[in-house]
Order: sequence, then structure tokens, then C-alpha cells
Amino acid sequence: MTNIAFVRKKEIPPSAPPITEVGLIGWLRQNLFSSWLNAILTVLSVYFIVIMLWDFIPWAYGGHWNTKSLRECLDLDPDVACFSVLAARWKQLLFGLYPAEEYWRPTLTFIFLLLAIVPILFPKFFRFFWFSIIYPGLAVWLLWGGSFWSISIVYIGLTFGTLLFLSLIRRYLKNYMIAAILAFLFTAVFFLFISNPLVALLNVILPISLPFVESLKMGGFTLSLIVGVTGIVASFPIGILLALGRQSNLPVIKMICVGFIEFIRGVPLITLLFVASVLLNYFLPPGTNFDIVLRVVIMVTLFSAAYMAEVIRGGLAGLPLGQHEASASLGLTYWQSQRLIIMPQALKISIPGIVNTFIGLFKDTTLVSIISLRDPVGLASTIRADQKWNGIYWELYVAIGLMFFIFCWGMSQYSQYLERKLKTDK
Amino acid sequence: MEKTKINITDEIAIHISDMNKWFGNFHVLRDINLEVRRGERIVVCGPSGSGKSTLIRCINRLEEHQKGSIIVDGTELTTDLKNIDKIRSEVGMVFQHFNLFPHLTTLENCTLAPMWVRETPEKEATEIAMEMLEKVKIPEQAHKYPGQLSGGQQQRVAIARSLCMKPRIMLFDEVTSALDPEMIKEVLDTMIQLAEEGMTMICVTHEMGFARQVADRVIFMDDGQIVEQNEPEEFFKYPQSNRTKLFLSQILGH
Ligand SMILES: Nc1ncnc2c1ncn2[C@@H]1O[C@H](COP(=O)(O)OP(=O)(O)OP(=O)(O)O)[C@@H](O)[C@H]1O
Ligand SMILES: [Mg+2]
Repeated sequence: MTNIAFVRKKEIPPSAPPITEVGLIGWLRQNLFSSWLNAILTVLSVYFIVIMLWDFIPWAYGGHWNTKSLRECLDLDPDVACFSVLAARWKQLLFGLYPAEEYWRPTLTFIFLLLAIVPILFPKFFRFFWFSIIYPGLAVWLLWGGSFWSISIVYIGLTFGTLLFLSLIRRYLKNYMIAAILAFLFTAVFFLFISNPLVALLNVILPISLPFVESLKMGGFTLSLIVGVTGIVASFPIGILLALGRQSNLPVIKMICVGFIEFIRGVPLITLLFVASVLLNYFLPPGTNFDIVLRVVIMVTLFSAAYMAEVIRGGLAGLPLGQHEASASLGLTYWQSQRLIIMPQALKISIPGIVNTFIGLFKDTTLVSIISLRDPVGLASTIRADQKWNGIYWELYVAIGLMFFIFCWGMSQYSQYLERKLKTDK
Repeated sequence: MEKTKINITDEIAIHISDMNKWFGNFHVLRDINLEVRRGERIVVCGPSGSGKSTLIRCINRLEEHQKGSIIVDGTELTTDLKNIDKIRSEVGMVFQHFNLFPHLTTLENCTLAPMWVRETPEKEATEIAMEMLEKVKIPEQAHKYPGQLSGGQQQRVAIARSLCMKPRIMLFDEVTSALDPEMIKEVLDTMIQLAEEGMTMICVTHEMGFARQVADRVIFMDDGQIVEQNEPEEFFKYPQSNRTKLFLSQILGH
């Protein structure tokens, strides 16, 4: 008689996995030599890495730092790097033509920048968000100088407008539209008639000011950061609005957004920059002084806002319709549901694309060298125009590349951190 | 098993008259007339594509009707956004696929609408949310994300989320049909409990046992029309129209 019924009488205790599955050998086996193809690829990659570093390391490591010119370097040893150019010109690469005695201002602006982004990047420090709010004004004042009050007045005016708007909807009318229009009108009146005399008065009572530095003096990595950071910060909300507008039920808004996005995406950035530097002057009334850096920032912002809009639209399309229905069925208004339900999820899906656009924008700031602004790449040519450094390429570009790499790599690392942190499905 | 009808009042909760709806040229709802009284429990059934979902989605304006009128709690549904938001905050809806907000915890899912729509202070909203999560018997999952819960648990959170708005009417659209059999019961039990507390409910469902146990009225729809309605006992024992008979024979499996 066969008996197929079975009852386990003894538990099998867990044991360690075989040695080939764990530790260094296990890792190598699984990751680098799991199959013949993989093994060949591993060997080839190692080979290429080695031949690349074989020349690079001695070249960079033995480089000269103290010579006076490229000639001197070549006389000493033509096979190694001539970093002396960096030693001689690093200030220019960082600050452009900024007056040397004022270098502390861009430096301080940069340090403040690092502090100002902390509350945005890490919610733990959100209580310092006020600093991120005042930072833009502070940065403009530090970099360009002039009267402290003419910058502060912008903040005073905007605070006044916001408070007016809030108290209007709290106390008197529930209608956002009318409150917004009223607040806007009063703020406009403030800026048109009150702000100038007020600034003049404050300048007399308590004169605080820094020497003025004109935009054409901005350069080097400072300029890249001005254009890049402003572009990133401004293009993000504009991109969100464009993406929402493109999905709008209102045909006019939809048409404007689609037209804008498609136009900008169809035109090379360089063209826009030329428009900013040359053509705009024909259209503006003669004598208007429209700052060149501001013009470039606007163009770069619009350019990446169009891309941002498409990236975010992808995220919006990725959300199930049920999310809209659920938030509507709970009575949330359109803007509440966008802000609390739709955007947080759509932006989360779009993080890789958004960061991609940011990184692209940051690197595209080097294009301003073509309209003869002195960003690091533009400065490289300026430096080569000097007799002493004529003919030097690698050393400059390696240094410039490294600076950009640090920032772009940082952004990419942060985006990966954010994606891990926002993961809620496991 | 005799169910209590004492809850039903004379007050009219939903009044739909001569309502018609089209999707493009497709006439999806035709001359719908329906009166629901406060405390009444209604089950809507019918073959797939007959317009059941569309009907209850018209009641909170997830779909717009083109003709006739819908009056919910004395407020007529028109294009006026204020009315729509008001009605939506008083009519709860539970969906087939839960539609929880995956980026928020269970608790946050429940407190969000009260805090933003009703402007309830966070502390009070949390208390209400915990009370509702107790009611659906998953208070211990309050700090988990929806993605970490089973289907049945998610659906009960979705019910709790609606209840946190203290709705006067609840709409259920096939809330058990995406669930595994062993989870259906826990969700139905929650709904039965709600029914016993006197909630006005409209449930689209094919759970005929549930209909027998809690419904005051069963409505059968086909081709965008209400074909037949009756008390559950009568409805199941003596279906009048042929379409109803056919449908019941298919769904009850004989
Ligand atoms: N947004 C829409 N656009 C066009 N047609 C639609 C839309 N939504 C539903 N329909 C159609 O309307 C009809 C009724 O749909 P509805 O979802 O109300 O049916 P139902 O009775 O709920 O069916 P089921 O039992 O499958 O859920 C179907 O034929 C469907 O194809
Ligand atoms: Mg349906």
C-alpha cells in the first residue's frame, strides 16, 4: 500500500548560502562575469579605462602650476599639463571682469545661495524658508550693488500687496478674482507713485549702498550661476503653468500655451539669445536700458520652461483619471486638487525629466559666450587672446568641465535621493 | 431576516427628473426619473454598459447631464461651480478602483478634504479620521501608504475617506468588483454597517445577497433606461420585464 499523505516531522533549519553567492567573489561573479558576453564586456571596459587613464594621470599629476607663460611650460616639459594658466587666471574664470576689490560680494552671494537652497531641498529645514524668499533680492543687491532700499522696496511692495489680498479675502469678500484685482491695483499704485519718493527718503535717512557694478562686468562662473540658477528657479513654475494651460478646457488658454511651447521648442536657443542681444534693441523704444543679463535670463527661462512644460505634461498624463475624480468627488476645487493631489504625483513621476532639463539649462548657459558675454567658455577665448597663453586648450576646458560637472552631478545625485525618499509603494 | 425601514423619512434627498445624457451622439441615459428619500438604500444593477456608473456619476457632477434636472439636497446641479463644490462635499463617492491618493498616508488621505474643504483644524480632522478608520476596522494602518495595503483594506480606507466629510449621501460604484473573493465580505460588512446607521446610499453592485439584505429598493437599468424597480424580495421573486428575467437568470446562474 502506497501512502502519499505526508506530514513534516522535522523542521529544516536555515543555512548560509554557498560561498560563491556571497562576498567579493559572489559579487564579481554575479555582476561582472555572469556570462561569457558579460565577461568580455568587463575585460574590454577595464582595458579602455586603463588606456585612457594611462596618459591622463601622468599628464595631470605632473602638471606645472608656477610658470609665467605657456612657452615656459613647453620649455620645461611639453608632455605634461600647464595648469599655470589656472593659477594665473582663476579669479577671472570665477568672477569675470568683476572689480577685484569687490570679489567678496559674489563669494558671499554664492555662500548664501547654498544656504538658501537648503530649506527647499530638505523639508526638515523648512522653517528657514524665509531666507530662501529674501535671497533673490539679497543676491541682486550684493551682485549689482546700488542702494539697499531700491531692492527692499520691491519686497515691501509685494508684501503689502500679499497682505492686502489675504485680508481682503479673509474679511470682506470671498471672491478671489476681485480681491486679486484690487490688491494688484493698489500694489501698482504703490510702485508707480509711492515707492520712488519713499526710496529717496530712506536713502537720506539711512543710506546703505554698495558700489554699482554693471552687468557687462559679470562673468566667469558667477555669470553661469546667475543665468543658470535664475533660469532654473523661474522656469519651473512657468513650466507647471504651461503644462496645466495645455490641458485646459478653455480654448484660448490652451491655444496660447500650445503655440508658445511649440514655437520655443522649434527654435534653437542660440537664435533666441541673438534676439535677446541684438534684435530686441530694434523693438524697444530708443534709449531704454534693458539689462543684457536680464534679457539673456528671460530667454533662457522661456526656453527651458517650454521643455519643462512638456516633461510635466508627461507626468500629468501618467496619472490615472481616478485621481482627478476622487479629488473632485471630495469637493476639492480645481486649484486645490492640482496643488494637493495632481501636481505632487505628476512632479514625482517627472523628477528625472525635470532634472534633465535643469542640467541641460545649466550647461546651455555656456552658449552666452556666442553673444560675447564672458562666461567661462567665453573667457577661455579671452585668455587665449593673451600672448602668454596663446594656444592653450586642454587645461582650461578640463577645469571648466570639472566645475560644471560638480554642479550637474550634484543635481543628479539630489534627484536620485529625492526619488528614493518619495517612494511610497513598498 | 427583516430589515428596518424606520430610517426612511419623507424628506427628499435626490430628485432626478427627465434627465438625459449623451456622450457625443451616443444617448447613454434616457428620461431618467428617480426620487431618493433620506435614509433610503438603493441598489442599481443591470448589464455592462447600461449606464449605471454614468447615472450615479451625474449625481455628483463627475459627468454633466444635458437635459432634465438633478436636485441634490435641495440644490440643483447647474454649471455654477459653487453649487457643484457644495454638492460634492455632501455626497461621498467610493470607486471600483479605490482611487486613494498614493502619495499620502491613510490618515492624510482621510484628513485632506476636511482640512481643505471644510477648513477643519488639523487636530479635529485627525480625530474624525481615526474615528472613521476605527469604524472600518483599520485604525492600525493609519500611517501606512495605500500601496502597502491589501485591496480590501484600501477600499475600506476609501470608504473612511468619504465618511470623514460627514456626507449625507453615499454613492458606491461596484466597490467590490476589483477585489478577491475573501476581501469582498469585509467591504460589504462595512457597507451593511453604514446602511444600518441610516445613511442614504446608492450602490451599483452585482452582489445580490447584499441587495437582499440591505436594499429598500432595487433598480434595474438597461440601455440607459430604468427598466424596472421594486422592493428586493419582489424584484428577485417576481421580475416583470423579460430583460430583467434574462439578466437575473444570467447573474444568479440558472
Ligand atoms: N467618457 C465616455 N465617453 C464616451 N462613452 C462613454 C464614456 N463613459 C462611458 N461611455 C459609454 O456609456 C455607456 C454606459 O457606460 P457606464 O460606464 O455607465 O456603464 P455601466 O453600466 O457602469 O457598465 P459596467 O457594468 O461595465 O460598469 C457604455 O456604452 C460606455 O461605453
Ligand atoms: Mg460601471
